[in-house]
Amino acid sequence: MNSTALWYTTRATGIVALILLTATMFLGLATTNRAKASRWPGYAQQELHRRVSLLAVVFLAIHILTSILDTFVSISWASLIIPFTSSYDRFWVGVGTISVDLMLAVMVSSLLRSHIKPGTWRGLHWLAYFSWPIALAHTFGMGTDAKETWVIALGIACVALVGGGLVWRLRMTAIQKQLRGVVANEARTHLVHNSAARSSSRHV
Amino acid sequence: MTLKLLIDPVACDAYGFCAELLPESITLDEWGYPMVDGQALAPQLVAAAKRAARDCPRRAIELREIKRSV
Amino acid sequence: MSNDSSTLPNVARYSLLGHPSDLEGHLRTVGPLPIPRSIDAQWQASFVRAIHDSGLAGRGGASFPSAIKLAAARADGRTGLIVVNGMEGEPASDKDKVLLSRAPHLVLDGAQLLAAACGADRIVVCIPIGRDAVAAYVARAIAERNAAKTTALTIDIVRPPDRFIAGEESALVQWIESGNSLPTFRPDKSVRLRIGKRSALIHNAETLAHVALIARRGPQAFRRHGMAEDPGTSLVTISGAVTHPGVVEIDRGTPLRDIAELSDPAGPVQAMLVGGYGGSWVGPHHFETPYASIPLRTIGASAGVGIIVVLGAPACGLAETARLARYAASQSSGQCGPCVYGLADLAEDMEKLASGSADTQIMIRLHRRLESIQGRGACRHPDGAVGLVRSALDVFASDLVKHVSGRPCPHHLRPTQLRFPTSVEA
Repeated sequence: MNSTALWYTTRATGIVALILLTATMFLGLATTNRAKASRWPGYAQQELHRRVSLLAVVFLAIHILTSILDTFVSISWASLIIPFTSSYDRFWVGVGTISVDLMLAVMVSSLLRSHIKPGTWRGLHWLAYFSWPIALAHTFGMGTDAKETWVIALGIACVALVGGGLVWRLRMTAIQKQLRGVVANEARTHLVHNSAARSSSRHV
Repeated sequence: MTLKLLIDPVACDAYGFCAELLPESITLDEWGYPMVDGQALAPQLVAAAKRAARDCPRRAIELREIKRSV
Repeated sequence: MSNDSSTLPNVARYSLLGHPSDLEGHLRTVGPLPIPRSIDAQWQASFVRAIHDSGLAGRGGASFPSAIKLAAARADGRTGLIVVNGMEGEPASDKDKVLLSRAPHLVLDGAQLLAAACGADRIVVCIPIGRDAVAAYVARAIAERNAAKTTALTIDIVRPPDRFIAGEESALVQWIESGNSLPTFRPDKSVRLRIGKRSALIHNAETLAHVALIARRGPQAFRRHGMAEDPGTSLVTISGAVTHPGVVEIDRGTPLRDIAELSDPAGPVQAMLVGGYGGSWVGPHHFETPYASIPLRTIGASAGVGIIVVLGAPACGLAETARLARYAASQSSGQCGPCVYGLADLAEDMEKLASGSADTQIMIRLHRRLESIQGRGACRHPDGAVGLVRSALDVFASDLVKHVSGRPCPHHLRPTQLRFPTSVEA
């Protein structure tokens, strides 16, 4: 494959990976308990989230592979996981590497989910909240297509989708916490009001 | 090997995926939490039960072997 | 506390109460602690046998045979810790406070005996925050024992939060280990409760006091009281519409009516709350029921944590039950959906019922909720509330008819005859 073809593939798969990662984030955020985002069954949403993430990884893998195989610029195999070791555009490739590292942690933790503590899994899964914006930064930092209008529009759409999803998720969590808090507090207030006169007899 | 469903009520956070995947054995109460009858799972339901256990976001479902009490 | 035992043939002489609280007096009254200098397997076996022969059952609520619990602790091989459960989260109960204040050495003796039987090297006494007086009595007793070098074991006092559920075994253990007073889900009760790498043997304070006396006087002295299938004596706290509320010691098997009489009910008794705020109401037709496990179970009740609240005639049983339901909801540890939401809804339903403002669907809804809440928490707390409400619907059935049709009895607005802690914050 000649260098130009590799280069176009790298750029294209990069954009597609970003879109798929955005979709993954959105689907993950939309899956909450008790407050369904849509009429879809919850388990189907979760399953879609998983499959889209796998698809994203596939495109990401191609993106990384073609960028390394492309001899026009020098990106070593090491810079796949060690940030800031590429000779070409050290900083922004490095940023991409960081995003991949975080993503690998998320992936591995999910593959090993039944063998690790739920708290550990959750903590590692939340690295996705860092991985995604760093991937976005890498996309625009690399600059190759970043000045194109449609790419900028795409970027804004991605931010809107994830941002909106995050806001929605935070609201749902707050509502749920409030509900539990209300239930508990209501119970306690009632108690103070109802036990008006305490038994006058004292003992032991 | 007969299996039954066991749900950890502390871990459960009422996602409801289990009831979607296994409506024959799991129904949700009015507060959204799953109810199981503690009976043996019919063999044709075991696959779906395993999936429900795997897909529970809180890992609150366990498939347990029913021990015959002598 | 001034009951003359000679006029009440069913009441045992006070062997647990009316006991010197200082070490010297204690030893003078009951004799030395029967633990040999070097504890061997033979002594351990004979001690276990004595507990087994006595038929002692736990006095902390579950009435579980103490010998079986002890055998499991010994078989485990890892029991390093004896936990004295002095939490007594039940608002209407005072027996453990009384015992720990007035006869702490009996309780500590029991703990030491169990430690010797299991090879444990540490005793932890749990007394909730806010009960500093009780803790002080126990601390003094520990100091006396340390000074007299009665033991090489470490005995510590810990102060968990003062909540209803804090005395539940798994919640207590979790608190000791991690500071979170939360019950854990235990589908296998046979799996021992652990603190660190070692197992804990947890017993109610009163149970330990009985152990101390059985070890000295022998199992037959214990069996001389009570019934064959439920031997010994029990401490019961009597409160409510009575002139002399207090803690009494009775033979197991004493009829409920006779126990209530000990506190001089202030008038006709409408019903009795037996076992705890998560126990059951008992109606007049069952007042002759012996206070023992099996007879109580046949009427849908249990001895529980050892309380009887006497409900006088000018009172609304449904209103009191509504308050109990609301209390139960407030004491949820907040971990399980059916408990958090279910008990709150149950309380709301009961309050509507009590005030006569319930809708036509209330009974269907209540029964459905009772059915769906039962057995669906990690601990027995929601079950207690369900059982209580069920017993109320049964015992106060005639009132129920009026309340449902919007004509509640006038008494539902009266102040409560029950005790509730003013602050229910942890």
